[in-house]
Amino acid sequence: MRRGLMFCLCGSLALAAGCGGGSNNSNSNNNNNNGTPTQNTQPIAVNGGPPAAIKLSGIYPNGAFTSVTVCVPGSSTSCQTIDGVLVDTGSFGLRLLSSASGGELTLALPSTSISGSRLGECVQFADTSFIWGPVATADVKIAGEQASSVPVHVVGDTSFASVPATCSTGGLDDDTLAVLGANGILGVGNFQQDCGSFCSTGNPPTGFYYQCPASGCVPTLVSLTQQVQNPVGLFAADNNGVIVELPAVNSPQPSVTGSMIFGIGTQSDNALGSATVFTLDPTTFGFTTTYNNVAYSGSFIDSGSNGIFFLDATTTGMPVCTDATAWYCPASTTQFNVTNQATGGSPHALTFSVGNFDQLTTGSNAAIDDLAGPNAGTFDFGLPFFYGRNVYTSIAGTSAPGGVTPYWAY
Amino acid sequence: MRPTLSQILIGLLTVGAISLPAMAALGGDVSSVQEDQAHMKAALQIRTGQAYTVHELHQESGTVVKEFISPAGKVFAVSWSGPFIPDLRQLLGEYFDKFSQAAQTRAQRPGRTPLMIEQDGLVVQTGGHMRAFTGRAYLTDKLPEGVSTDAIR
Repeated sequence: MRRGLMFCLCGSLALAAGCGGGSNNSNSNNNNNNGTPTQNTQPIAVNGGPPAAIKLSGIYPNGAFTSVTVCVPGSSTSCQTIDGVLVDTGSFGLRLLSSASGGELTLALPSTSISGSRLGECVQFADTSFIWGPVATADVKIAGEQASSVPVHVVGDTSFASVPATCSTGGLDDDTLAVLGANGILGVGNFQQDCGSFCSTGNPPTGFYYQCPASGCVPTLVSLTQQVQNPVGLFAADNNGVIVELPAVNSPQPSVTGSMIFGIGTQSDNALGSATVFTLDPTTFGFTTTYNNVAYSGSFIDSGSNGIFFLDATTTGMPVCTDATAWYCPASTTQFNVTNQATGGSPHALTFSVGNFDQLTTGSNAAIDDLAGPNAGTFDFGLPFFYGRNVYTSIAGTSAPGGVTPYWAY
Repeated sequence: MRPTLSQILIGLLTVGAISLPAMAALGGDVSSVQEDQAHMKAALQIRTGQAYTVHELHQESGTVVKEFISPAGKVFAVSWSGPFIPDLRQLLGEYFDKFSQAAQTRAQRPGRTPLMIEQDGLVVQTGGHMRAFTGRAYLTDKLPEGVSTDAIR
C-alpha cells in the first residue's frame, strides 16, 4: 500500500527528489542519456496477497506481490496504481483483474481489435485453471522504468464476451479475486510474448487468442507485436531481464520484503557477478536436475509457483497430504540434495528441505521455506527456492552477460 | 530420455509419419476411434513394443501428445508436452468429467501448483509453465504387466 503511494509521487515531476532513495535518484522513465541511472529497483513483498483476497480465501503462501502503474497510452493523468500483483517469472505479460470481478483495475484502457472485432485472450495455467478477458493497451510504469503502449490482458471483465468453451481445460476458472488470490499477474519471465510464433502463423490454436464479434468468439492469429508482452522487454533501458532478491526464511514469517531489479549487467546494481548460468534447453525450456543418480530434464525456476514441486511420493518417499494432494506432508522435515546443470553449463549442487504442508500452513505465515509437493518426472523450483538467493531471469532475444539468452542464473 | 523408458522400449520400431487414424481417448479402444487425428491436425508416429504401443502425435500447435496402448488395444495412458495444453475433453474421454470435478474442487490455499489428482484408479498430473506445459494421465488398473509409470511421459 505504501508502495502504491510512492509510485504516485514518483510519477510526478515536481517530487522526483523524494523518490527512489539511495543512490538511484532519477525520475527519468526512459533514458540514461543525461548520465543519471534510471531507478530500476521495485520493492516486492511476500505478504499473503491483497487484504481483500485474504479475506475471501485466506493467505496466499509464498506469493511475491508488488504494485504496477498503468496509464492510458500517452497520458500522465489517466493512470492507476494496482497493488497486490503477483510477480511471476514463469509467465510473460501483465494481467490485471477488473474491479468487476473483485480486482482493483477501474481505469478504462483502449481495447485491441483484430479485423474490426475486439481481441480476447484465454490463458491456461499449469494446473489447468484459466483466465479470460480482453486485450488492451497501456503504458506500464514500475519503479523508474516505463514501457509504452504495451498490450496487456484485462481479466474478469464481465462486460466482455463470455468465456469460450474451448478456453476451459476443465480446471478452475481463475477470473475472480477469490480464486486468483491476486489483483493481477506480472509475467516477467524468459520470453517477450506470451504465445509467440504458434499464435502468429499457421492455424490459430484453440485456447489462446480469440476475435470476438457479436456472433461469438473464434480463435484468431495475432502478430507478435500485438500479443500480450512482457513489459520489461519494452522498457527503454534495463530491458534484458530481472533479478528477484528475497531474504532467507529460516522459519515461517508473516511477511518478508525484497526487490525486483530490472536489467542484468546494465547498471552498477545488477551485475551478474559469479552467478551460475542455466540456459534454457530449446526443447524442454529447462535444465537437468540430478537426484539419486537419475537425471530429470525440463527443470525450471518460477517465482509464480508457490512451492518446490518435484518428482512423486514413490521416488521421494514424501507422502502427499491427505487433504491436499498438491503438497507433501512428511512426518518430519527432510533434506534433499540435488545437482542442477544446463546443457553445456556447469553443475551446481543444491540443498532444500521438505516440511509438512498441513502443519506449516496452520498459522498466519505467508513466507514458508519448506513447502513442497509432487510434480511427476521433473523439478519446478518455485518461490521457496528464491529465499536467500538472487535469481536472474533473462529474456530471449536480448543481449545479457553470461551467455546465450534466455537463461536463469543464481 | 530416462533409463526406465529406454529399457521398456527396447526393440521398438519407428514406423514414421503416416496418416492413419490415431487418437483414442483414455480408456478407449484404439480401433474404435477414427475421427480424432483430423481434430488434432497432427503428424503421427507409431512405435510398437512388447509391452505396449505408443502413438505419438506432433500437433501443428507444437504440442506432442502420446497415447500408450496395451496389447489388448486399450489406451491405458496419455501424456503431453509443449506450448499448449491439449484438448483434455477429447484426450481424457469418459474420464474428463471425473478429472474436471476433481480439478475444480481440490482443497488447498490460493496459489499456483502443479495439479495432482488420484481418484478411483485415475491419475492426472499436470505441470510446467506458460509456453512449456507437461502432463500425463493413466489408469492404474489398466497398466500392462511390468510397465512402470516412469515410462509414461
